[in-house]
Amino acid sequence: MKKKDIQPIRDGYGNALIELGKTNPNVLVLDADLSTSTRTNWFAKKFPERFIDVGIAEQNMVDIAAGLSIEGKIPFVTTYGVFVCGRAFDQIRNTVCYSNLNVKIVGSHGGISVGPDGGSHQAIEDIALMRILPHMTVVVPCDHHQAYKATLAMAEMIGPAYLRLAREATAAITDENSAFKIGKAQVLTEGDDCAVFFAGTIGDEVMKAVEMLHKKKMYPTVINMHTIKPIDKKCIIQYAKKFGKIMTIEEHLQAGGLGSAIAEVLVEHYPVKVKMLAIFDRFGESGQPGVLLDAFGLSADKISKKIEQFITEP
Amino acid sequence: MKKIECSNELRHKAEEIRYDIISMIAEAGSGHPGGTLSAADIGTVLFFNEMNYDPANPQWEGRDRFILSKGHVAPLFYTLLAHAGFFNRSELMTLRKYKSRLQGHPVSYMLPGVEVSTGSLGQGLSIASGIALACKMDKKFYRVFTLLGDGELQEGQIWEAAMFAAYRKLDNLCAIVDRNHLQIDGNTEDVLALEPLQAKWNAFGWHTIMINGHNISAILDAFREFNEVVNKPTLIIAKTVKGKGVSFMEDQAGWHGKAPKDDEVIQALSEIKARMDA
Repeated sequence: MKKKDIQPIRDGYGNALIELGKTNPNVLVLDADLSTSTRTNWFAKKFPERFIDVGIAEQNMVDIAAGLSIEGKIPFVTTYGVFVCGRAFDQIRNTVCYSNLNVKIVGSHGGISVGPDGGSHQAIEDIALMRILPHMTVVVPCDHHQAYKATLAMAEMIGPAYLRLAREATAAITDENSAFKIGKAQVLTEGDDCAVFFAGTIGDEVMKAVEMLHKKKMYPTVINMHTIKPIDKKCIIQYAKKFGKIMTIEEHLQAGGLGSAIAEVLVEHYPVKVKMLAIFDRFGESGQPGVLLDAFGLSADKISKKIEQFITEP
Repeated sequence: MKKIECSNELRHKAEEIRYDIISMIAEAGSGHPGGTLSAADIGTVLFFNEMNYDPANPQWEGRDRFILSKGHVAPLFYTLLAHAGFFNRSELMTLRKYKSRLQGHPVSYMLPGVEVSTGSLGQGLSIASGIALACKMDKKFYRVFTLLGDGELQEGQIWEAAMFAAYRKLDNLCAIVDRNHLQIDGNTEDVLALEPLQAKWNAFGWHTIMINGHNISAILDAFREFNEVVNKPTLIIAKTVKGKGVSFMEDQAGWHGKAPKDDEVIQALSEIKARMDA
């Protein structure tokens, strides 16, 4: 059997930054005292003159990046998602997005799978906060291969962008040859029983759930919505038409997340039932990632049961 | 950009700027005259003596960068830009109107000469520091100026930036505080005391200069001093009078964010005109 390709997606980000360090002299990396955790220390080691540790000062970091971007730099601002999207929201809104600056914001440690650090450190509202902002692009890669490609793609595009990463090592569900394009949804497996949209590393659990379902002769179509904004409307409507209902799965609050974004498209263009698996109006808490995912109904086992229910219910 | 060297001419220019500021705020029916007038002399010296720029080529690489951190004094910024030739003075009368490039607070992608959108206080010093850092990285020689309000210094981010700029030795960065002592809810020392202000900035590692912000020669000297400083960013504390130049607005917190009406406009303009003609 093929050896499983398991790696935290922040590693993909760290490796992509090294690549960008070699190929794009305008790329700079900023961090707020979490460079080991976010993997920006890999870049820092190779390109110390292009790495700026601002200390524990996220608001200043975002606006320093804004200033750098005005002068043609491509700054990658990196820290935990909960801190950059929350504490520096005004800087992101009023300076970066309002001025439409080429600042890349990277929030590591998205979702409850952050684990033992608890609710204060688990970003479960970051997608909602970032996707409501005009000019902003929001990308949520599913594994380290995709995080690598997404990072390179973000450096290529012009304008503000948010990249959501996660802490845990998760299995790759794409490989280095898979296509990736910002704004273009990725169909991972085609089946005739239902359509399931997900975003992020929860894809690892989703694909395990799909394996379980295959044993029961149930075949969902699984779509990786790695770009939340701009969202791939065409793909959403296509599968809504095909199945007459849609299921969404995410490691984020239901309010404002992937499910909401998809529902917004469907309500306007092709109203069908949307079943959302998400976190419902609560904070995260401490625990081992696997334990937490199961407790929040987002383990492979729980997901497979929900999909089964979704397929069989009238 | 042709520079005005003579103090008297700069003083006269500052009154022209004040005249347009009152006219445009009156026409708009809303705006912030108090802090706009207090910073008019500093702004005039910056734009007509100190800074290098080219209104025909707003993105000229060698230009000095100006960030208006206290974005609510946009009428001052717009008037300076118009007088400098970035756009026609007649456009000033569109301030705050629908479809105008002269938004209530400056928006960078609408108007040439505006490096970045501002309006939410406390951010300009960080943005200016980022630009100053890029300048150093690229081994260029332009300078970065930012105008801060004094009330704005209550924002925590200002002190994050103060640490950053000093630590990074950004001696190409000059921040000017319009120290008019008044914020919306009253005197800064009654709302949330800032003093001892100069000692704080000194402790943060800045080169500080305290001046009378309405004395043209003192402002000129302060910028000369900034240009000599190495390894430290410079902070100029410009002691000013809110509403300076319009007698009934002077030192009145109530004129922070209110437009003059009818007789008030006539009186304000005639006071300014009298000084221009003197």
